Amino acid sequence: MPELVRDTGVSELRFRDPGRARALAAALEQLCAQIGRDTVSVMHVCGSHEQSIAKFGLRTMLPRSLNVIMGPGCPVCVTDVPEVDEAVALALDGKIIATYGDMVRVPGSSRSLADAQAEGARIEILYSAAEAVELARDTTEEVVFFASGFETTAVATAAVVLADPPPNFTVLSAHKYIPPVMEIVAEMPGNRVEGFLAAGHAAAITGSAIFDRFVEHHRIPIVVAGFEPLDILAGLVKLLELIRDGTMTVENMFPRCVTAEGNRNAQAQLWRVFRTVGGNWRGIAHIPNGNLRLRDEFAHLDARRRFAIDVRRLWEYAPATLTQSCICGDIMAGIASPERCPLFGKECTPDAPVGACMVSNEGTCKIWHQYGGHPDL
Amino acid sequence: MCLGVPGRVVEVRGAIALVDFWGVRRETRLDVVDEPVVPGDYILNHVGFAIRKIPEGEIRETLALYDLLLRESESDMMAADVRGEIAGARPEAPVPDA
Repeated sequence: MPELVRDTGVSELRFRDPGRARALAAALEQLCAQIGRDTVSVMHVCGSHEQSIAKFGLRTMLPRSLNVIMGPGCPVCVTDVPEVDEAVALALDGKIIATYGDMVRVPGSSRSLADAQAEGARIEILYSAAEAVELARDTTEEVVFFASGFETTAVATAAVVLADPPPNFTVLSAHKYIPPVMEIVAEMPGNRVEGFLAAGHAAAITGSAIFDRFVEHHRIPIVVAGFEPLDILAGLVKLLELIRDGTMTVENMFPRCVTAEGNRNAQAQLWRVFRTVGGNWRGIAHIPNGNLRLRDEFAHLDARRRFAIDVRRLWEYAPATLTQSCICGDIMAGIASPERCPLFGKECTPDAPVGACMVSNEGTCKIWHQYGGHPDL
Repeated sequence: MCLGVPGRVVEVRGAIALVDFWGVRRETRLDVVDEPVVPGDYILNHVGFAIRKIPEGEIRETLALYDLLLRESESDMMAADVRGEIAGARPEAPVPDA
């Protein structure tokens, strides 16, 4: 990065003023006292939120009764084992697998894509769906784009599917759709999530109105918040106000970036290409309508329909015993925190991850490993 | 992965814009942005696609926030994500154990 020379004239205190942070923390203290329960649990579903919360030690500023949990906000982490197996099987069959970087190390039933690469498979790490199409244009070999991410990222996949890709390009979709999993984790035994903090940039595409139905059905308020420390604290204040008053609405605290209707052009492309189907999210549960798969109209671009994918040969290897102690699923469901995992920071580290939550920069375990999660007061 | 990065549009060629991100010029696709984009506009880029044109009144504050983020050290995860978006490359996976 070149040194930044731009003088924007906006004080950084606008985002990180300690005085404002203390005032917001005091407001949270007062709201928790007014709510008057031993524990109030709220959940966010965004790796960037957790990075800010952990890095700035926000949990040390929160009232003791306020429990801020990271839910399943890491798309790489929730990619299920059979989905990785499909990609590994295609790679071992000689297809070029193009995918986002973190996906390479996510464990399958016996191997990751990195393992397949070590065995000679061709895995291309890229930054954008558009690069996968370019890769296909430059070769006669089959290029399978192993596509991960929530709806925000699925929009990019939809755009390339609609832009007439070459015949040797296909999509193996592991895209996930966030609203249905919020419904599942909110109702899991052991969870009593009373409010959600929703991620700002994702909502820039979907609009805050995407949550209206959820709030109506589940009577759990949602606040859309930015990812800076003060944005998050202000979002929590608004959320606790809604909880205290029993007001079941969606509030947008990130109007700089998010509107109620979102980006309609992006949504139109998303839903023209994808439909929702039920499927497992790694370690969490079967999530009805939680997976995004290509519609029939695009079957010719769907790797699952173009190729016979035989994943059974990958099951001949016994899974590593360490993975059986991994509690990523409970962590992503908000039932456990990383420090409860016997492997955390010992057998499982960012350099040698056992579970998917230690692979991605958006995974709870990797974030807590970097910054500490719940520092002692 | 859900964090976008703002940049200034330098040139528009059909569905592709040349965009300046803190001195780094990269191509960004315009397939999904829901407003016309012309040189001088600021857009929010996510995985190589403009997902939003940043309204005039919000440009300064948005850039100030990212200036702040990008001053963070190499080990800062959010800054790493933003730098990854700018460089147009996700962090490279380490070579797996053979």
